[in-house]
Amino acid sequence: MLQIADLHVRVDGKEILKGVDLEVSAGEVHAIMGPNGSGKSTLAHVLAGREGYEVTRGEVRYEGRDLLALAAEERACAGVFLAFQYPVELPGVNNTYFLRAALNAMRRHRGEEEISAMAFMKLVRERLRVLHMDQALLKRPVNVGFSGGEKKRNEIFQMAVLEPRLAILDETDSGLDIDALRDVASGVNALRSAERAMVLVTHYQRLLSHVAPDFVHVLNDGRIVKSGDHKLALHLEEYGYAGVGEEAALS
Amino acid sequence: MNVSPAVAPYLESFRERRPALPGGSLPWLRQIREAAIAQFRDRGFPGPRDEDWKYTRTAPLERQPFRAATGDPEDAADADVARCAGRVPAGCCRLVFVDGRLSRAHSAFEDPGDGVVVTAMRDALERPPEALRRHFGRYAGREGFPFAALNTAFADDGAFIHLQRRASTPHPVHLLFLSTGREPDVVSHPRVLVIAEVASRALVVEHYAGVGAGSRCFNNAVTEVVLESGACVEHYKVQLEGESTYHIASIEVQQAENSHFTSHLTSLGGRLVRHDINVRMAAPHARCDLQGLYLASGRQHMDFHTRIDHLEPGCTSNEVYKGVLDGRARGVFNGRVLVHPDAQKSDAHQANDNLLLSPHVEIDTKPQLEIHADDVKCSHGATVGQLDESMLFYLRARGIEERSARALLTFGFLEQMLETVPISWLRESLEHGIAGRLPGAADLPGLGDREEATS
Repeated sequence: MLQIADLHVRVDGKEILKGVDLEVSAGEVHAIMGPNGSGKSTLAHVLAGREGYEVTRGEVRYEGRDLLALAAEERACAGVFLAFQYPVELPGVNNTYFLRAALNAMRRHRGEEEISAMAFMKLVRERLRVLHMDQALLKRPVNVGFSGGEKKRNEIFQMAVLEPRLAILDETDSGLDIDALRDVASGVNALRSAERAMVLVTHYQRLLSHVAPDFVHVLNDGRIVKSGDHKLALHLEEYGYAGVGEEAALS
Repeated sequence: MNVSPAVAPYLESFRERRPALPGGSLPWLRQIREAAIAQFRDRGFPGPRDEDWKYTRTAPLERQPFRAATGDPEDAADADVARCAGRVPAGCCRLVFVDGRLSRAHSAFEDPGDGVVVTAMRDALERPPEALRRHFGRYAGREGFPFAALNTAFADDGAFIHLQRRASTPHPVHLLFLSTGREPDVVSHPRVLVIAEVASRALVVEHYAGVGAGSRCFNNAVTEVVLESGACVEHYKVQLEGESTYHIASIEVQQAENSHFTSHLTSLGGRLVRHDINVRMAAPHARCDLQGLYLASGRQHMDFHTRIDHLEPGCTSNEVYKGVLDGRARGVFNGRVLVHPDAQKSDAHQANDNLLLSPHVEIDTKPQLEIHADDVKCSHGATVGQLDESMLFYLRARGIEERSARALLTFGFLEQMLETVPISWLRESLEHGIAGRLPGAADLPGLGDREEATS
């Protein structure tokens, strides 16, 4: 589904990604771990199409297409979803209206009819239940006055409604208390399917004890320096990232 | 004395119409009108040296004289009235004016509430109650604003709203001023006087709309609001005439102890628009809230001048104006807050935020605080900016294309000023009005349709 080959990215003239290779197939959950400043969030943003990131080398193919050639909204309509590390507040923009506009934009893109108000509300209520999210949040402006946990739940809730094919979760677990972490994890698990792939970008192992990844990759200084299964995450939790970097340098 | 060629036709028109103006036989009213026309004659239209009119030229108004409409106000089409009125529920007391004159057929003088009198200004001037006589023309017509004097001279219709002690309006009183554009160069001088006696509560909607593109017209409005102690008046003004309308208006407010005045102004229409709001908090512990939102595009010119006088101790004022400028529009905000020497413990806050959607727009914003007391809490500020890139990316990352994302964020920027509007039909009308004027909103069906969005 997603092939990243030799990806080099600069931000403000500084090289952040220095040759990332990654292959993700449908049905798989990949965790990308790494210390602060290793380039994890840059990778997530480049995949989502944020401007200000200069790709100097390499390519990204998504379902056979050149992902980097698409605008952010085209990527979203093609099924790529980014759960933001810092969800943005949109004053005056109603949460429900926003989500329905997003869903309808995607449906139009696929040549489908727009969803009726009634069918939409039914879908929304179903998805809310899994996340234990307060329905009152729907009537509020997007993320405005939401707590940190509510914002993260809202991201996963959006993902649940929009049903992407490739979901990239950027540090979704950071700043969550135990209950919110469990709800977010169950929201993620509910969306695991054979047709969908997920990339979990995270600093800690804590989300991964709820959402077992198929693969774990360690990103350090702009490169993936080690890949393995979920046991790698446990190893990192115990020994830290420093050892992994040296080990990779030796090999 | 030399009279400018732009002023002369109005003097002549006054001589002609004087006998037919309401209350023409009442010496006190005649005197007020004579004084007003003399003031207008002496002052003339504002000139380039008028500091208050530095960014707003009235030359297009002066080029050709405007005159009163001659058509029958009852002839306005029901469909036009219904379309402009918005979703006003039944039971509201509504006065409809067509090109400045009351249409009885389109109005509904429903029971405005116990102790509340709502009369057409024309009738009130013909048989003026004591309260009207005491207050009419007492607050309007400051130095530097000749248009109020012009209104006072010609005032022939509008509304007189009088609330007795402790009375309250169960529904908002809806005053709808329609400009039909069916006759060329029509001027009207709508006049509203609200007197809220001790501890009364009033909700008033003053609503200006245009029926269609039509010919040029000029709405020259004056509203006077008097609040006795403990009174509470919420005044909503909606200004959405067509693109060939000139709208110049002043709202003059006099507040007694512990009274609370709220002004909520939405300005979306018109070609050349000027609103002056002057609030005098003339007794301790009065409070006023001035809120405004504007959206100007094309070649629209909108100018907002507000002045709040803290004359006595312990008064509070809060002012927030938010505006969006697109196309080649021009905006002016001038907000003065004066804290007088006796006004200790004043609390005054003022903000003006502007969103610029095009490189060809211009905004001149000037928040002004003048403080002559030493124990006060005051703040003011202005911002001018563009849409936030991280907000745009967030929307685009959810599949919403850039044009629509811009429209949605622009709507959100203004919507924040509507969240506190307690009259749901009015809020919905305004949300629709804004959504309909945003470029890119066509791809956002149902934007501003609250019921659909949250049911």
